[in-house]
Amino acid sequence: MSDDLKTPLLDELEKGPWPSFVKDLKQMASKKPMVKDLLRQLEKSYRDKRGYWKHGGLVGIMGYGGGVIGRYTALPDEFPGVSHFHTLRVNQPSGWFYTSKALNELMDIWDAHGSGLLNVHGSTGDLVFLGTVTDELEPTFRDLTAKDWDLGGSGSDLRTPSCCVGPARCENACYDTLALTYDLTHKYQDELHRPMFNYKYKIKMSGCPNDCTAAIARSDMGIIGIWKDDIQVDQAAFAEYVDSGMDIQGSVVDKCPTGCISVEGKEIKIDNSNCVKCMHCINTLPKALRVGKERGAAVTIGAKAPIVEGALFGSVMIPFMKMDNFEDMHDLIERIWEFWDEHGKNRERIGECVERIGLATFIEGIGLDPVPQMVKQPRDNPYIFYEEYYEEES
Amino acid sequence: MAGEVSIEQIADEMYQLVADSAGQKKLKATDLTKAMTSKYGDQVSKQDCKDAIKMLIDSGRCIYGYFGGSSIEIPHREGSEN
Ligand code: HEM
Ligand code: HEM
Ligand code: SF4
Ligand code: SF4
Repeated sequence: MSDDLKTPLLDELEKGPWPSFVKDLKQMASKKPMVKDLLRQLEKSYRDKRGYWKHGGLVGIMGYGGGVIGRYTALPDEFPGVSHFHTLRVNQPSGWFYTSKALNELMDIWDAHGSGLLNVHGSTGDLVFLGTVTDELEPTFRDLTAKDWDLGGSGSDLRTPSCCVGPARCENACYDTLALTYDLTHKYQDELHRPMFNYKYKIKMSGCPNDCTAAIARSDMGIIGIWKDDIQVDQAAFAEYVDSGMDIQGSVVDKCPTGCISVEGKEIKIDNSNCVKCMHCINTLPKALRVGKERGAAVTIGAKAPIVEGALFGSVMIPFMKMDNFEDMHDLIERIWEFWDEHGKNRERIGECVERIGLATFIEGIGLDPVPQMVKQPRDNPYIFYEEYYEEES
Repeated sequence: MAGEVSIEQIADEMYQLVADSAGQKKLKATDLTKAMTSKYGDQVSKQDCKDAIKMLIDSGRCIYGYFGGSSIEIPHREGSEN
């Protein structure tokens, strides 16, 4: 491997006003020869307008079917440094809370065994270690587990459950997203590490309909906090908003999607029976409005990105579920897996399976009674944004 | 009734299926389970099959692979690694 590194196309990316990943990679390249070849291969990809990675294969940790994604260059003679460049997914703590000590330990492990490059965090939720060789997989894993870390999911398994910060930091949280994530991660260790499904199964937990984990678009099963009773109102705090000169009519009343807010003098009135829990008024007037007291979660099923079939949004299967204990949730999850195992096809996500078989059969199959609140996905394709939608907004 | 066929026997038969299809068809956990339940009916349960796969993997006789979906394989060096 020669020492000179000519990357004229990548260098362009460093010229903008923002820090570039190219700068990071170059810094790392002075310490890690494999990162040098990574830059060279990337430069060639930019020039040729094609990727040169192969992925998949047999690499993994003994006993584990997930957590390692095998990656190889298609051009090992030209770029020997990346002849192996495997990814490890490290199961993140609920809500992504780390101490700096823990982060330092993780970085030391990765400096010792891999490229030193991290992705914190990928959309999977996991903390991602980017790039190592097959022989370093087991030693990396040994060091990780010695510090109580474990690998996350990949392949046809339960993917690492992930959640928003929930009640740890956020007053909107309608249930303990961190506790449920922790619970499911431990309860379903076999499903997480031993791929036994038709395809991947992602569970994401958001504490309220703001849905900071994008569960409705990015998870086969979204567990989204919601309340049943009335929005809590602090009229004195509302009056302060009015006194501050805020345009309540324009920025709150007119924006309520169901038109269920009215203002009389300095008093706000909400027709809660027509509220669809969009969160807009609460987000705009956080001092005056709060989610209700009777809290729980709604469950959506079937969202996915456009890989095998087109993209899908999740549909609401359970409009409200108490979250005092998690046993009902375990029961629901297991009934869904049982149904999917029975009726699903290879490489068919739960949402596609439900589309093919029919919602009614699915609902009956998992033992639910149909109710009107089981809302079909509100917009068909989460990756296509209709122009009318934006015209309305602007 | 489940439990009539031993986990070891299920594991051995699954291993044979994987060995016979090596190089031709990638078998998944669900394929192996369906093969066993269709052969033995309710003499084996899904849990028996899970336990048998666990035995194959934890002993190192089989490993997991990923080729557009997770598969169960006999350990070998593969093309992309060479
Ligand atoms: C090309 C440059 C960048 C892009 C494309 C980008 C993109 C993004 C996106 C998509 C988000 C998530 C927004 C959301 O949650 O709605 C985000 C969040 C954020 N970005 Fe950037 N960003 C860039 C540069 C930067 C820079 C230079 C900084 C700081 C020096 C920065 C700091 C942050 C912070 C602090 C957050 C919030 C993280 C959080 O909510 O926890 N970003 N960025
Ligand atoms: C005396 C100095 C500072 C004070 C008092 C302060 C205070 C705060 C507070 C109260 C928050 C909100 C925390 C929360 O959401 O719970 C925050 C967030 C944040 N601060 Fe500071 N900050 C200071 C300096 C800085 C500096 C120097 C930086 C960056 C160079 C910074 C970057 C951020 C970022 C990125 C967030 C968002 C974190 C997130 O979204 O999770 N802060 N800060
Ligand atoms: S989803 Fe809701 S509860 Fe969770 S962090 Fe976002 S606003 Fe807070
Ligand atoms: S949460 Fe949304 S629908 Fe409900 S009252 Fe507020 S703005 Fe209207």
